[in-house]
Amino acid sequence: MAFDSMMLPFRHRHLLGIEGFSPDEITTILDLAESHVEPNRQADKKRSVMRGRTIINLFFENSTRTRTSFELAGKRLGGDVINMSVSGSSIKKGETMIDTAMTLNAMHPDVLVVRHPESGAVQLLSEKVNCAVINAGDGSHEHPTQALLDALTIRRRKGGLSGLIVAICGDILHSRVARSNIQLLNIMGARVRLVAPRTLLPAEAERLGVDVFHDMRRGLKDVDIVMMLRLQTERMHGSFVPSTREYFHFFGLDYDKLAVAKPDALIMHPGPMNRGVEIDSEVADDIDRSVIRHQVEMGVAVRMACLELLTRDLGNGPAIP
Amino acid sequence: MSATVIRNARLLDPASGRDGTGSILVIDGVIAALDGGNGAPSGATMIDCRGHCLAPGIVDMRVQLREPGAEHMENMVSASHAAAAGGITTMAALPNTEPPIDDVALVDFVARRARDIGLVNIHTYAAATKGLKGRELTEMGLLAEAGALAFTDGLRAIADALVMRRALSYARTFDLLIIQHPEEPNLAAGGAMTEGEMATRLGLPGITPAAEVMMVERDLRLVEITGARYHAAHISTAAAIEAIRAAKQRGLPVTCDTAPPYFALNETAVGEYRTFAKLSPPLRGEWDRRAVVEGLRDGTIDAIASDHAPHDQDSKRLPFTSAESGIIGLETLLPLSLELYHNGHLPLISLLRALTCAPADILRLPAGRLVVGAPADFVVFDLDRPWQIAEEDFRSKSKNSPFDGRPVQGRAIKTIVGGRVVYDSKD
Repeated sequence: MAFDSMMLPFRHRHLLGIEGFSPDEITTILDLAESHVEPNRQADKKRSVMRGRTIINLFFENSTRTRTSFELAGKRLGGDVINMSVSGSSIKKGETMIDTAMTLNAMHPDVLVVRHPESGAVQLLSEKVNCAVINAGDGSHEHPTQALLDALTIRRRKGGLSGLIVAICGDILHSRVARSNIQLLNIMGARVRLVAPRTLLPAEAERLGVDVFHDMRRGLKDVDIVMMLRLQTERMHGSFVPSTREYFHFFGLDYDKLAVAKPDALIMHPGPMNRGVEIDSEVADDIDRSVIRHQVEMGVAVRMACLELLTRDLGNGPAIP
Repeated sequence: MSATVIRNARLLDPASGRDGTGSILVIDGVIAALDGGNGAPSGATMIDCRGHCLAPGIVDMRVQLREPGAEHMENMVSASHAAAAGGITTMAALPNTEPPIDDVALVDFVARRARDIGLVNIHTYAAATKGLKGRELTEMGLLAEAGALAFTDGLRAIADALVMRRALSYARTFDLLIIQHPEEPNLAAGGAMTEGEMATRLGLPGITPAAEVMMVERDLRLVEITGARYHAAHISTAAAIEAIRAAKQRGLPVTCDTAPPYFALNETAVGEYRTFAKLSPPLRGEWDRRAVVEGLRDGTIDAIASDHAPHDQDSKRLPFTSAESGIIGLETLLPLSLELYHNGHLPLISLLRALTCAPADILRLPAGRLVVGAPADFVVFDLDRPWQIAEEDFRSKSKNSPFDGRPVQGRAIKTIVGGRVVYDSKD
């Protein structure tokens, strides 16, 4: 399928979050990503739109899945990809992060893909460099490519996003995936519900344009999509829920709770899953309803689209003084 | 089918305000009819109250049973007999046992023991934090499903503000009640009696009354943030009562109780280092005692609980600062509360409300009211009879009461649980 990305409406220098995107821009990314899905399934996956471009994956927080996904996306488009992992404990935050970014910037990368454990850190970094920056997850703030790949997965199965009822369940408080998805789904006309114990909901969550529930059987009633979130114990200071046993009993997705959703409701999870904590193994592996593996596949296509759109207009950068 | 007719009683139902002569038909442990005496089935058991008062059985929302772990001080059998003799038909137990009630299996244990003993209704609270340590939340959802009535760390305040916020917030998820021991622990640490002239003269370390209102006011802020149901136990100071009064006016879901020593005694009861007058919170000054009476009168204080705290001789026969805090109260709850009526402070029906339907409503129990369909739990009492509290009469295993020898007026003559007489004074 011939797809000229130069014709598409897209006016952003960075991809820092879903906030501020228009429905057309999101559709642009999803359409372009869609064009990558089939080629990615072929034996020869290599394209050349990013030939000569340098992409640096700069990860201040451990990640295997997202980093691998971005790396494959860059390589399949013909770009050169470097991975840099800077473990959280070995660096001093703030100045050192910017120093690292400035150092890399001096090597003229075209795209920095950045993940950082602190909310807002990726934006701060984007202000200091003159290449495109993609937010691969900042603290509990945003993870835009996850929301986009979720949207592509839903669109392919449901034909669109508008009018769908989507329940996002679990650890909303710590979740950048939830925040990006709430933005995107609202922009695209879906109706969003949050289902969580009160200790895992941020204050005034209902102000984000969602309906809030504290009971799975009420929150999942008649929904089209169930998005489960990982219980992020690593971001928790102190006790938000008493035990994984209790959490699973009341908030873990099993067939019993799922029974009130629409019969064709899809089950999603951004991964990595805690089986038996937020999701029952059988439900997670249900080939008719779980689209968790499709989400991973769509992740590469969506990241290819983002890399392509952000680099299409880039000329030669200025010399570093 | 078992039928019982209770007749010739002055029926007092604080929930409806009813006060008048009548009869009750009980079928299979449940109130089947009020004033339906003519339709009594043949073979029904008859109970003649001879004109004495009949009220819903007392719901005592704060009791320490000492089982499991300290059965030499009290157990569920001895406490049940003591409760029955005191007109109490429902007890709610604190989780500060050994081990603490912080696990579903222990809630099941209490329920099974209560069923086996079969005298009065016994419910338990569960710990709000694991091991009552004030750090990690317990499995409140599962514990509530198992029957835990509410969540509290017993004699310990949930001191850490963040933990308290999470406890309230998590409890609100399931619409559960948090009960606080309202005392700022760092401020009260090491104290033995209320701070003031008397403590100074006795040379005892004091606990400022402000320790109570500080914790209450902090908690009220957290209730405002979380919207959770909150109950402050054994309120003893004018300042805390004022704070709760204002919170209720603002519409916060807040309730509180007090216990008889806080309106029947003041700090002078400590006298010459009497450890039976050592309580937590401590007995306060006369000004605070009067505020407790006023709080009960205007309804700011919702309930009166016994705060039953059995201790053996070894725990009390010690220098004052080393002695344990707390007194027994199951068998003195009714007569000491009736003092408020006999002294003209509260109408009888209001007083009974604080002992029956008010605590039942706070704990969402179906008890505490004379209405068709409600459990047939009653206390029949002689309102005016004078008698003297005597240590040797206590059915409780422990005898630690500062009220030994006190002349009082009014006592239970029959206690009925589920239509069955579990206590009869035979007079």
